Amino acid sequence: MEDSKKLAEFQEKIDADIKIEPRDWMPEKYRQNLIRQISQHAHSEIIGMQPEKNWLTRAPSIRAKKILMAKIQDEAGHGLYLYCAAETLGVKREKVLNLLHEGKAKYSSVFNYPTISWADMGAIGWLVDGAAIVNQVSLQGTSYGPYSRAMVKICMEESFHQRQGYEVIVTLAKGTPEQKQMAQDALNRWWWPSVMMFGPHDAESAHSNQSLKWKIKRESNDELRQRFIDKTIEQGEILGLTFPDPDLKWNESKKHYDFGEIDWDEFWNVVKGNGPGNKQRLKHHVEAHENGKWVREAAIAYADKLNLQTKTA
Amino acid sequence: MSEDNQGILWEVFLQTKAGRPFKHVGSLHAYDKKMAMTAARDLFTRRGEGKGIWLVKAEDIVSSQLEDDEAFFDPSDDKVYRHPTFYTMPEGVKHI
Repeated sequence: MEDSKKLAEFQEKIDADIKIEPRDWMPEKYRQNLIRQISQHAHSEIIGMQPEKNWLTRAPSIRAKKILMAKIQDEAGHGLYLYCAAETLGVKREKVLNLLHEGKAKYSSVFNYPTISWADMGAIGWLVDGAAIVNQVSLQGTSYGPYSRAMVKICMEESFHQRQGYEVIVTLAKGTPEQKQMAQDALNRWWWPSVMMFGPHDAESAHSNQSLKWKIKRESNDELRQRFIDKTIEQGEILGLTFPDPDLKWNESKKHYDFGEIDWDEFWNVVKGNGPGNKQRLKHHVEAHENGKWVREAAIAYADKLNLQTKTA
Repeated sequence: MSEDNQGILWEVFLQTKAGRPFKHVGSLHAYDKKMAMTAARDLFTRRGEGKGIWLVKAEDIVSSQLEDDEAFFDPSDDKVYRHPTFYTMPEGVKHI
């Protein structure tokens, strides 16, 4: 049993919005919840590079290619900030990677959908990054110091991602009828997966209550989802695009958009590993890790040699 | 350090401008100093965030122990005369 006095003091700190730092006392469940959430967040950033690399060699211009490259590089950086934040909780980098490779750790399901046209690069930046930003802005206020600081840095960099994606959509929407159709088609395919990114409804969310009490999360899945929908609709309508939801309607009394029922069967099916790209994404990550083994070995051998030279000098 | 691993953990400190203090910005893994420096540049200064980088192996950092923070920092609590606000200046006196 954990000391109930310590637990009460811990909750007092949380309630007073005092950040928890790595060497502070924390309940074991708080630590484990954070390790799970932060490492899954990190995996999402890393796996999220894959759908985008699909278009790197086929970007329509040098400008577009340079921008996409910079964005993918940012995603790698975000993954690394988050892995380091997870490590401050006492978990090894090797362990979180193994959990991913064994299929025991999740990442955002949205990255299991394929990117079949250039317009998807726009939809990912506009919608997927747009949804991620809503979540991440809220997480800047998370109670764990290193996670919060990583979020602040990530949010600063993400706003470029969303704008570049929206710019791709704008260009297509203002182009030829075929190009506009490409943008509409990408919106049709990415809208619901983006809405699902916020996870199950509050009533069905397994970790939500405790996470909110400990301020690991600051707002519920449904609150965040509503905010994303409210701010995104106008951005699509201004371009003459239509959202693939017949129930989508401004509700004047609530001052929010009403929207249709989410296909939860599809959501859980993809979470459980049966989405269009789950196997391919994981396989690619495992292979990249294994193919990089000789690089790590060479780096270790080189570092050992340098250490030996310093000792004998 | 022979098993397959992700290298040593380094803490990264960044100076935003000449003359400013170095501030902790995060950490990274690398196998040696040179690699750590290149990684730090790529990770933390992609948008001109800094012009100076310090790297310290995480294991070399000495820090105060939180359990005895109170006792450790106690000596400063009762010395209010270290602050300028402790002193009363006569009415009308300027530039002090």
